[in-house]
Amino acid sequence: MISSFFSLPTHYAWSLAMMRKKILLFSVILLPLPIFLASLFVGVYPIEPIAVLGVLARRLTDPFGQVPSDIFDVVVFNIRMPRVLLALVGGIALSVAGASLQGVFRNPLVDSYILGVSAGAGFGAALAIAYLPGVPGSVQLFSFAMGFTAFFTTYAVAKTKGETPVISLVLSGVIVTALFSAMLSIIKFFTEAERLAGVVYWMMGSLAVTGWAPLLQTAPLILAGFALVFLMRWRINVLSMGEEEARALGINVERDRFLVLFAATLMVSTFVSVAGIIGWIGLVVPHTVRMLLGNPDNRQVIPVSASLGAAFLMIADDLARSVASFELPVGVITTLVGAPFFLYLLRMRGGSTWR
Amino acid sequence: MEVIGISGLRFSYGEGFSVRADSLSVGEGEVLTLLGPNGSGKTTVLKCINALLKTSTGRISICGRDISSYTRSTLSKVVGYVPQSHTPTFPFTVFDVVLMGRVSHLGLFQQPSRSDRLKAEEALKTVGISRLGDRIYTKISGGERQLVLIARAIAQEPKLLLLDEPTAHLDFKNQITTLSTIKRLSKEKGLAVMMSLHDPNHALLYSDLIALMRNGEILICGPPEDVVNDKTIEEIYNLPVDVVDHAGRQFILPRVEN
Repeated sequence: MISSFFSLPTHYAWSLAMMRKKILLFSVILLPLPIFLASLFVGVYPIEPIAVLGVLARRLTDPFGQVPSDIFDVVVFNIRMPRVLLALVGGIALSVAGASLQGVFRNPLVDSYILGVSAGAGFGAALAIAYLPGVPGSVQLFSFAMGFTAFFTTYAVAKTKGETPVISLVLSGVIVTALFSAMLSIIKFFTEAERLAGVVYWMMGSLAVTGWAPLLQTAPLILAGFALVFLMRWRINVLSMGEEEARALGINVERDRFLVLFAATLMVSTFVSVAGIIGWIGLVVPHTVRMLLGNPDNRQVIPVSASLGAAFLMIADDLARSVASFELPVGVITTLVGAPFFLYLLRMRGGSTWR
Repeated sequence: MEVIGISGLRFSYGEGFSVRADSLSVGEGEVLTLLGPNGSGKTTVLKCINALLKTSTGRISICGRDISSYTRSTLSKVVGYVPQSHTPTFPFTVFDVVLMGRVSHLGLFQQPSRSDRLKAEEALKTVGISRLGDRIYTKISGGERQLVLIARAIAQEPKLLLLDEPTAHLDFKNQITTLSTIKRLSKEKGLAVMMSLHDPNHALLYSDLIALMRNGEILICGPPEDVVNDKTIEEIYNLPVDVVDHAGRQFILPRVEN
């Protein structure tokens, strides 16, 4: 009787801690939903909240807009909503790519930049903006193609004797990045001033798209990449133990690592093609998630990173649309928020999650 | 019953150093120790057996099947491997590290199930470290870490256990704890064990078979009493030693002059 009385509190405390963790997990996972709804109320064009609600209510009964609509409907449903959803899938793409690459490379400072994907996609898009202006889909296609080219170049250069040591992957990623950045500089140098502005603005990263087309072109590819990583999330744990150990435990390291890298490249270059280079999310979000959870287990880190990344990019884009009378590039905001926050986390924790 | 048999094995790191093992065999419940100085090829032999290195010629048969007939994941269901030094980047819990031993039993897109978690728990219990389950792997002592890696190999449910210098970097007591655990697991579970060791006395205390290695070659292999004497030890280490009998056991003492 006494022993059971005394054992009760410890068990209770344990389950309370578990419960608190579950609640935290659950609320972070669901976070994008309220932020998505709230983001529909934000924008440069002034609309009363009640009018936004009116549009949403009308669209609930008439989802395809058969009834002739007003300007509010166009702004909320055809401009704001696809844009907010683009931020949502973009946040998933960048943060999940970051989290999975960090796992596979066993390196906390890795994200899509290290593979040269961003630089490659950036070069492709700049090429299209400067030399094929107004050709529909050319920016997407070129940045997508060049992102993959950069990834395969990095991978092929690093691969020796059927193996791809992490060090040579990172090194060849740096070289490929330098190469594509140099080519981007050449394009900038030879581009006329008016088109150059377009290139520069795109490079700063922006979600200023109109209509549903960009979202419908990118979301399926991003979600496919995410599904692949999500299914392999536990395997990423094993891959993070290092090449030889993963192999000894029974993993086909070459195949599995390629699949994860492929998925990450797919997600990032797809998103870069519409939104330009938006930095820091792939680095800041997974770190924050590992610290929040107090656990590097990718079975939780991958889905929670997806949610937090989506929430972060939606909020950053809300700020980009609302802090000034004109729009700021959202990439500037993620960097302004992300870099100091990252610094703060590192100072607070002394980088202890990595030791 | 023979679990692992090797004949005419050759491995070469390009030019220069090469390793040869003409004949080795370990049965259920037997512990074979590879003993020899640094760079004598012990690790290379272990890695060849685990297909981490590809041999140029020779035959390795595991549970009656040639090693080339195994895929990576089927081999890891039979061969458990405990690596030498270990520096993981991420602070996983001990339990999650042990759970990774189950990966060869799971499909590409499968997550560990309840039965995998039970097997990991059982492996912790078998090794006697259930209390460590919730601890952070990067924050436990070197001796505890070694036991965790053994538990992870047990979670693979292997027939053959390979350990690369399991006592490296451990203190006096932890060396003995680790080796006793290995010996006990071998007898309890009928595991064939192959490990490399540096200390001839450890080899004498815990092995059923000892293979002496030097310059990439196995000089002699057999029961400890046949293999280990002052002459053979002096030959492989190039160091004068005395063999001392104590409580019915043999011990090797280096002959130090000062």
